[in-house]
Amino acid sequence: MESLSNRKKVVSNKKMSFMEKLYLPAIIGGMWITFKHLFRKHNTTKYPEVKREFATVYRGQHVLKRDEQGRENCTACGLCAVACPAEAITMTSAERKKGEENLYREEKYASMYEINMLRCIFCGLCEEACPKEAIFLTDRIVPTYFEREDFIYGKEKLVEPVDQRVDITKRQLTGKRPA
Amino acid sequence: MVKVIVDDIEVEVEPGTTILNAARKIGGEVVPPAMCYYSKLEGSGGKCRTCLVEVAAGSAADPRPMPKLVASCSTPVQDGMVIKNKTSERVREGRAAVTEFLLINHPLDCPICDQAGECHLQDLGFEHGKAGTRYEEKRRTYDPIDIGDKIKLHMNRCILCYRCVYTANQITDNRVHGVMHRGDHAEISTYIEKAIDNDFSGNVIDVCPVGALTDKTFRFKSRVWFLKPMNASCECTKCAGKAVVWMFGDEIARVTGRKDQYGEIEDVDGKTGWICNECRFDKKDKSKWNIEGPRVINRHSVISQGHYLTNDPKRDAKKLTGK
Repeated sequence: MESLSNRKKVVSNKKMSFMEKLYLPAIIGGMWITFKHLFRKHNTTKYPEVKREFATVYRGQHVLKRDEQGRENCTACGLCAVACPAEAITMTSAERKKGEENLYREEKYASMYEINMLRCIFCGLCEEACPKEAIFLTDRIVPTYFEREDFIYGKEKLVEPVDQRVDITKRQLTGKRPA
Repeated sequence: MVKVIVDDIEVEVEPGTTILNAARKIGGEVVPPAMCYYSKLEGSGGKCRTCLVEVAAGSAADPRPMPKLVASCSTPVQDGMVIKNKTSERVREGRAAVTEFLLINHPLDCPICDQAGECHLQDLGFEHGKAGTRYEEKRRTYDPIDIGDKIKLHMNRCILCYRCVYTANQITDNRVHGVMHRGDHAEISTYIEKAIDNDFSGNVIDVCPVGALTDKTFRFKSRVWFLKPMNASCECTKCAGKAVVWMFGDEIARVTGRKDQYGEIEDVDGKTGWICNECRFDKKDKSKWNIEGPRVINRHSVISQGHYLTNDPKRDAKKLTGK
């Protein structure tokens, strides 16, 4: 039957010449190509010694931000969980007690906040939905683990430590809301 | 019967009906929003001014237009009246101004407020509100207080619609809370911090259009859009026992009265279906309720989000099993 794509190759049974029968020229030719690649620019980086520069809008591991005074921004409104298309976020809220004003910014806070990193598709909709500028995606990569439970990130992994702030100023500029 | 025209739609109503109720008889988009009017409460209305409409012709006998926008909840119709609501630019502007006024002192704490998702002021602000505020002075603030041991009052959020005062007046036999002071200082208060211990006092939570009066047993427990409202009934000696239980999985997060499309308590056996405090606050056990089925929720409401099933059990079964 006639080929429709016109890419059909007919196998020929032609006899090899003497040079082809030797194989050596073909082997040397192949090794020469390999040798040339030694001096080419590499397409890969040696992670983790060398890290690639990320775009400012790269969406990696989440962070729950604190404000300038070190209080948690999140007020457990649940909008991130509604926005999440992968149903990765869950939380429970609690009322701030007297004397905890330096810990939480609003009178309600998240007593438990969990993101399942196996479910998460890093779409950034939680960040977009957040009315309190509490959750941001960062340029950090979620590491691998052996157990499934390890991928469920609680507040201890998500909330930024007071003394090690996570810089998200570039993201804030990209997605700034009108005043 | 008198004939009136609301937004080019003609309707026949009893003489003495208010414009708002005539519009509700038509239903749909022509119904003005109402924050203070509550058809089940006598004397309510005329306070919030969100239901303003334009009267293009006063009546068949005197077809002059009314010079100012009128509050539709307290203006009776006349034969041949022509009313403009959606079709009037003046009404839109006026309502936006009223919304701005209502929001002057209202805190923007919807992420915290338990009413968020079923709040009439939120809906009003969504439709008519401005993105920013022009108000530069400090907002009036109060500390949240307890009215009895089951109701929390956030005076910051109150818009002084007086619905709760009428409720306390009309469905409970002795009123212990009301509005004190005047003008900008006006606030809801129980007289000398006296707790409300009437059996039906919990209904002030249901009538509140904003999050000023909230259920303490549900306080910060969940968000309404994570719950599934179900019609339920129970044997109750004090009330009709017809309520809505808001389920989270197999647990009852809260109990409210059955509200219609205007946020008003539905009638049960010809009477308004107020529910008693025992049903509202104490019956959080599934075994105490006879669950009839899911409530019909407007598909544009945030409450219907995440409910991938329809409200028709037969169609759901078809969807799930493919049969």
